[in-house]
Amino acid sequence: MEIDKDLVAAMATPLVLAILAEGPNYGYAILKRVRELSGGELEWTDGMLYPLLHRLERLGGIESEWRESDAARRRRYYRVTDLGRAQLAEQRRQWDTATRTLGGLWPQGAGA
Amino acid sequence: MSEILLDEWRQAVRRHRAIDDADAEELEAHLRDSIADLEAAGLGPDEAFLIAVRRLGEVDALTAEYAREHGDRLWRQLVLAPPAAERAASWPVMLGFAVATAVLVQLARLASGVPQTGGSWFVRDLGFFVLPVLAGYFAVLRRMPWRRAAGLAAVVAVLAIAVNAFPYAQGSATDLSATELLVAIHLPVLLWLVVGAAYLGGELRSSDRRMDFLRFTGEWIVYYALIALAGGVLIGLTVGVLSAVAPGSTDVVATWVVPSGMAGAVVVAAWLVEAKKSIIENIAPVLTAIFTPLFAAMLLVSAAVYAVTALGRDFDRGLLTLFDALLIVVLGLVVYGISARGGRALRVMDALRLTAVIAAVLLDVLVLVSMLARVGEFGFTANRVAALGLNLVLLVDLVVTAWILVRMLRRRAPAVRLERWQTGYLTVVAAWLAVVILVLPPVFGFA
Repeated sequence: MEIDKDLVAAMATPLVLAILAEGPNYGYAILKRVRELSGGELEWTDGMLYPLLHRLERLGGIESEWRESDAARRRRYYRVTDLGRAQLAEQRRQWDTATRTLGGLWPQGAGA
Repeated sequence: MSEILLDEWRQAVRRHRAIDDADAEELEAHLRDSIADLEAAGLGPDEAFLIAVRRLGEVDALTAEYAREHGDRLWRQLVLAPPAAERAASWPVMLGFAVATAVLVQLARLASGVPQTGGSWFVRDLGFFVLPVLAGYFAVLRRMPWRRAAGLAAVVAVLAIAVNAFPYAQGSATDLSATELLVAIHLPVLLWLVVGAAYLGGELRSSDRRMDFLRFTGEWIVYYALIALAGGVLIGLTVGVLSAVAPGSTDVVATWVVPSGMAGAVVVAAWLVEAKKSIIENIAPVLTAIFTPLFAAMLLVSAAVYAVTALGRDFDRGLLTLFDALLIVVLGLVVYGISARGGRALRVMDALRLTAVIAAVLLDVLVLVSMLARVGEFGFTANRVAALGLNLVLLVDLVVTAWILVRMLRRRAPAVRLERWQTGYLTVVAAWLAVVILVLPPVFGFA
């Protein structure tokens, strides 16, 4: 099943914030986590993650720092800020409402 | 791992200015991780590279996305690397506009009879001969749609008609009536905002683009000051050499060369800001870094001295102007300093900025208290209303700026919040300027 492009775009911000809320992480690992969580059904052009991360950083939701990791490879780690946590809580409230609304209309077991 | 292929890819990415070194390094680290995983899954090096690159996305689509987020970098790309034909055309165009404003100023000066006879309208209208020309230059440069350009022209026309139709009390070029002087002071600032509208190509809504204009204003001031400095030396030497043999030459220089040069330099400085952007982008952060602590210290000392010795003192117009200029410079330093820092925030600098802004708030409150006392004693005049209004407008801006800085220091707000506030507040500033120019003179009987 392929998820609609607009829906992926709408999910991107809460998804990234929620993954970073689990702990600081870098881009490649964030994408791996997305794939793992969606069972590979949420496909995303890898590179597009970075402009999104930079936008979130500019708006204060996350912070970044460069760290040396194994094999002396430098990676840029992102960390969610208090402001980001507040944004995530707000996003979660909206998504809960959206899924509850749709869930009330869709009969159990039908469709999917 | 195929280092040669990686190298080619890196060069293709770096060719786009929207992606800087740190971005390229981040993408490369991603690519290497991805390749390593694919190779571990059993793919050959070249195959792994191709799949990893495809997953990362096409370089063009990727850079377009980066450019959307890093608009400032894209802007530089447009300005610094235009097609060859456009670049060749741009400096003669600039020169044309610079000459046009110089000629306009001289024609107006001759028509008004300055400096031999009165003609206060020349002083009052000076902005009209320079700034709309600069706005026109930007309208041409940005290929502004006709409708928007006509809208801006209409604003300038309304201002010109109103300001010139007012029957001010009789004055001369050196001694304008109070309301006429207020118009002469506020008009250039309002016209500068018209220049801003043209600079943005009519895209007034976007906070980021408005911030570009504020940055442009700061950079323009630095370039204009440099040109004025060099021009002053040139003119001083010329007059010194010529006056020895031709005593009348000083007057010729003062009436012909200096006004034309000052008008033309407005356009030249604007062109330099855009054409030599990287130079000023390197200087301006250094300047704000040096002067923010100095201004913070100076403001603290001034606020303390005034609070102790001069509470309730009468502020005359000269002192008041000086104070307002100081407050505006502080705001400029803070806003510019915050917008110019590249991602990395120095908390010490933010604390210094907060100190400077709080001292500025104290000074502004002192000024306001003494002005309110004067108004209570002697009633309202056009001057007092204009000064009171300006200081209130500044006070609100400073207090909110201080509040946002506190939140930034506590990591409750990102720097972009301060930019949004300042760019949004421009509307209030423009409205107040329009009130002083269009409403105050009739209300106070053109005194």
